[in-house]
Amino acid sequence: MNSATDSHYALVLKKDCATCRLIEPVARELVSRLESSLQVYVQDDPSFPASIDQKIDDTELEFSFHNAIEVVPTLIRFSDGAESARVFGWDKKQWQDFLQLADLGSELPDFRPGCGSKSQDPGMEEMLAVKYGGASRAARQLEIADSEDLMEACYERGWTDGLPVVPPTPLRVTRMLAGTNRPADEIIGNIPPDYAPCSIEKAAINAVMAGCKPEYFPVVLATVQGALQEPFCMHGLLCTTYFASPVLIVDGPVTQRIGMNSGINALGQGNRANASIGRTLQLIIQNVGGGRPGGIDRATLGNPGKYSFCFAEDESDDDWPSLAMDRGYQRDDSVVNLFAGSGIQPVMDQQSRNPESLARSLAASLRTVSHAKVFMATDALLVLSPEHRRVFREGGWNKNQVKSAIFDALRTPGEEIVRGAGGIAEGLPQQLKDKTINKFREDGLHIASAGGKAGLFSAIIAGWVASGEKGSQLVSQPIEIES
Amino acid sequence: MSTTLLDPTSELQPATRQLNDRLASLAGATVGLLDISKPRGKEFLDEVEKQLTELGATVKRYCKPTFTRVAPSELSQQISVECDAVIEGLAD
Repeated sequence: MNSATDSHYALVLKKDCATCRLIEPVARELVSRLESSLQVYVQDDPSFPASIDQKIDDTELEFSFHNAIEVVPTLIRFSDGAESARVFGWDKKQWQDFLQLADLGSELPDFRPGCGSKSQDPGMEEMLAVKYGGASRAARQLEIADSEDLMEACYERGWTDGLPVVPPTPLRVTRMLAGTNRPADEIIGNIPPDYAPCSIEKAAINAVMAGCKPEYFPVVLATVQGALQEPFCMHGLLCTTYFASPVLIVDGPVTQRIGMNSGINALGQGNRANASIGRTLQLIIQNVGGGRPGGIDRATLGNPGKYSFCFAEDESDDDWPSLAMDRGYQRDDSVVNLFAGSGIQPVMDQQSRNPESLARSLAASLRTVSHAKVFMATDALLVLSPEHRRVFREGGWNKNQVKSAIFDALRTPGEEIVRGAGGIAEGLPQQLKDKTINKFREDGLHIASAGGKAGLFSAIIAGWVASGEKGSQLVSQPIEIES
Repeated sequence: MSTTLLDPTSELQPATRQLNDRLASLAGATVGLLDISKPRGKEFLDEVEKQLTELGATVKRYCKPTFTRVAPSELSQQISVECDAVIEGLAD
């Protein structure tokens, strides 16, 4: 027996645990030997153990939380007011040594593992952190009366994009914050147009509302950081009368880990990660940045992607580099790319059987990005489907060859596209009449891969008319994957 | 009892819901007068209408079917489309 007179002990049990039931005779013996120096806490059924009178009901798990109980049974020794040692599970020799009782539990088996503490049940840790402290939030707290519908309360406060949001309770936000190791009060940056600081916590609140799971949160954080990169020009993109808005293309191992969709209907609805990650950025710009349609957002028509436009790339073809790899990253890097895009224009080509024809065909459709006679203004993101990629692969073309063939096919005599040509007032200035003009600036045509395996279709995501250094450029942001 | 929600905004605005912007002037504005159908409401609102008209407002009159219930959605929508402001006329 520990002879230190100022030591006392706490034993934490759970009736549902077979090992706790097994050691009931040990618990009883300890109660009788240690008397008031031992307190027995029970996590689930305060009537257990029936043979012990003095027990403390810990069904609210306050003691278990504050003492970080992971396994039951756990026996803790406190000396001088602080924990000095603990044993858990049942290891006869260990318990005998711990208590200096050579015959303790001699009739019991030598070893039985314990069970998980109830305070470690899924989701319980954050719930207890909210309840007992250790998870205090900096954001303003609003009390919504029970007579109010929570969804309606979010609408009435202007927090939504028109669709319902998940009410951001402290518990949900605390769970979201478990998706990162970064401190909740770290400022990611200032969100335009108000340039209000966005903490990790504010991002988490909006991620909750958008419907994210905590495991998506590192992608969300990278997305916000990417949107704040100067070349992306988020402020102008939000303000513009044009259609464009952020389009997120996610690359690397993270896409499969969190279950993003790069296949059938990749640019459409139905995948939680795709939908909620893209939506979070929009909600952050609206709620933290203050960018609202009709306010600073002056879009004439907008586009449906302003709810959310986010997809993963199909990286199943090792020989075909991803968008991130085009930007200098490796296949193993998880990266989110942001493009200022304006919705989808379909390209159907079911006849081209060789790369030359398909490249010319895609170029013909790309000619109409923003306007068939407006060149060097608007970037484009071409999303190639598996079947169109197959035509290039079977023809022995790599991605660079595809890109340069399209680029070359779009070089156009100025006289065809100057103002007035073809009886159309829109076009390039007359002084370009005798020049040969590129449709896209040097780094203005991007190619990504996605889509279902059936369908000789690809998609053009036209950019912002203010593309390039005068406006927005595609940016890439590595995603910090935490273990 | 209540539920706590965390504010997702920059907190540059007050947490409590704000009134809509007030009209800068009544001149040229269309003001709805909603009679909630309590006795003598009409006489009271007649006088309000007279004063509003003197201030340059155009007045439109509306009436709830009964004071015991909230206005029907159709009536609220009609007023929101036709008026710049509305005064709900209690008669107690």
